[in-house]
Amino acid sequence: MSRVPVAKTCKLYIGGAYPRSESGRSEPILDPAGSVLAHVARASRKDLRDAVEAAAKAADGWANATPYLRGQILYRIAEFMESRREELADAIRSVEGSTAAAARREVERSIDRMVSFAGWSDKITSVLGGQCAVSGANYVIAAIEPVGVAGAIAPALPSLLGFVTALAAPMCAGNTVLVLASERNPLPAVSMSEILGVSDVPAGVVNVLTGGVAEIAPAMASHRQIQALGAIGLDPALAAAVGEASAESLKRLRLVDLPAERSGLEDAERWTSIDAIAPFTEVKTIWHPSSIG
Amino acid sequence: MSSPRSETAPPADWDLSPAPETVKVRIDPESRLYIDGAFAPAADGRTFETIDPATETPLSQVADAGQPDIDRAVDAARRAFKEWSRTPPIERAKVLYRIARRIQDRARELAVLETLDGGKPIRESRDFDVPLVAQHFFHHAGWCDKLAHAVPGRDPAPIGVCAQVIPWNFPLLMAAWKLAPALACGNTCVLKPAETTPLSALRLAEILEEAGLPAGVVNIVTGGPDTGRLLVEHAGVDKVAFTGSTEVGKRIAASCAARRRKVTLELGGKGPHVLFADAAIDQAVEGIVAGIWFNQGQVCCAGSRLLVEESVLEEVLEKLAWRMKSLRVGDPMDKNTDVGAINSRKQLETIRGYIARGVDEGAVLHECGDRPLPERGFFCRPTFFSDVQPSQTIAREEIFGPVLAVMSFRTAEEAIARANDTAYGLSAGVWTDKGAKALEFARRVKAGVVWCNGFNRFDPTAPFGGYRESGFGREGGVAGLREYLA
Repeated sequence: MSRVPVAKTCKLYIGGAYPRSESGRSEPILDPAGSVLAHVARASRKDLRDAVEAAAKAADGWANATPYLRGQILYRIAEFMESRREELADAIRSVEGSTAAAARREVERSIDRMVSFAGWSDKITSVLGGQCAVSGANYVIAAIEPVGVAGAIAPALPSLLGFVTALAAPMCAGNTVLVLASERNPLPAVSMSEILGVSDVPAGVVNVLTGGVAEIAPAMASHRQIQALGAIGLDPALAAAVGEASAESLKRLRLVDLPAERSGLEDAERWTSIDAIAPFTEVKTIWHPSSIG
Repeated sequence: MSSPRSETAPPADWDLSPAPETVKVRIDPESRLYIDGAFAPAADGRTFETIDPATETPLSQVADAGQPDIDRAVDAARRAFKEWSRTPPIERAKVLYRIARRIQDRARELAVLETLDGGKPIRESRDFDVPLVAQHFFHHAGWCDKLAHAVPGRDPAPIGVCAQVIPWNFPLLMAAWKLAPALACGNTCVLKPAETTPLSALRLAEILEEAGLPAGVVNIVTGGPDTGRLLVEHAGVDKVAFTGSTEVGKRIAASCAARRRKVTLELGGKGPHVLFADAAIDQAVEGIVAGIWFNQGQVCCAGSRLLVEESVLEEVLEKLAWRMKSLRVGDPMDKNTDVGAINSRKQLETIRGYIARGVDEGAVLHECGDRPLPERGFFCRPTFFSDVQPSQTIAREEIFGPVLAVMSFRTAEEAIARANDTAYGLSAGVWTDKGAKALEFARRVKAGVVWCNGFNRFDPTAPFGGYRESGFGREGGVAGLREYLA
């Protein structure tokens, strides 16, 4: 018998650990020809609750880390993505059937996007906040803070660039994040979970769920401890349901449509603009008298 | 720890075993100019010597750049500008990030070199200078692809070739303050480090190369005042940035005005440090120590004029005297050293001149302890003067040494008036328990940086620079970035 390869068990990423789904469910991932490439955990709503708990536990630490440190950690993720370029490209290509060149381009874009968001950490305040020119002797600062725990729903495609874009915006602002990976191709997200595990990201700051979007997205929307939710390229009917369910806990929402499969995320200027980050921040206006007279 | 009161309190007399920094760094016997991606001697072969100010040992013979070298450097920067300014911003960003990472990797080497060549305590170069250098590059790397957010409403474009002349008190940090924003905006640079501290900038050149910065984007020319003058007056330069004395700054301002050239100047200071009676006195004394004896007082934003509310003057003087005695003056390479060597013999003589002047003019001198100073090298004990009159030389002129002038005041109005009674306006400090009092002082003091209940804090996100004769323009933050955009 020829050598049997050791296939990877693709698990969830919750609180810095890699558990299987508590539901015991996993699903086959097929290549374009229909052969089974891997089995990926199918997260349940209980897994989601566990992930929220992990994210909530990590929230204070991440929000209070210096913006410089947060930026360095995002940059560190990019360093590890670069060193695993081949793996990430294979994860895209093997499932989606894209050309090697296209997969490589998506990986490179994704790395650059992470780098770009790394640079935002210590600049969000400079751009969104500042002193307020109030009338009267008060020194007033509009300080920018993270919302807390954020959900991030990645589009079906592009699988990797979508994952990074959805994750990095809330993360760089100091939120802890639960990412729901592309259901169409969760393999890049599984690789990213492993990269995140070695990139100095504190446990619980990023949690990754793979599974059914129709099952998990509404549960994210109705979970009260998730205070902000971003979703890219969600099916319109599902987006409407998510929007409605989010209203109950007054979640900050950022729902963005994608014009067509595999397009719409390439424009770095748009997707890394401050507008991608602002929905995941709060403004805290601090007043202090500036006169003793 | 309870606050020390006695003049004979024990810690000041404790003997500590030496704790020398043992990392050895390479120092080439000859240091060359870095032009167009290559190291080369000066065209006319001239050199000058750089020494270790703590031991007076020669470290390296350094190329003394003249006209042909400056021509070559400016030409190289001009040629490199074409490509660097058009490089996609995210690619520029990645080069700058790589520079930051390599500075972190080689942090100890840079710290040792900085201390050997400049005399500052290794603890400061290791824990303050070099980490801030890395952070400065890291921060500005992130701006490359976000410049449109820094200058909303216009298309951000670089200026061109920047001539940058930096001082000897924070050699590598000043290089970072100049280079990082310039490069982030797509400019190219010719940098001239100070005559007495050229080595760390040349080591930085190696790091720039390792990081893949294209040849000619940064050129480093070493030399004295003549080299600096040739550079800032060169016809091929589009922008001048200078940190140094107000005297030289004024000459540069004139030369740039005549040429309609963009310029930023970060010059001298005589920072007021105001202590109200309601302040936490022990913390305030620590702040005063950090404000005047950090880096041997050779800091343009030093809090060199202490204004104390009369009711606590005696207590503050007593605590300051005690705290000063616990400072350890000596070998900068010893990790226990608080106060290292003065940067040069010339500077030491200047400081001594001011101390003699203070005594002559009738102020009362207090010196740190009576431990012997090292026999070789340029050392000066931390010193303060009490009974200083605002009109005296030591209260008006920038000394650039570990010499503090202490005065008193009775009302907040008087404190603010005294604080502003200077031609300078770089930094100010205020200590009080009352937020409104601190912020009123901050609002009314004419200074570019005001520290409330703290002193000498720096961050790349926070602009730094002066009012009035302390210069114009800012370094750091969005304000600093704007100085490098057309």
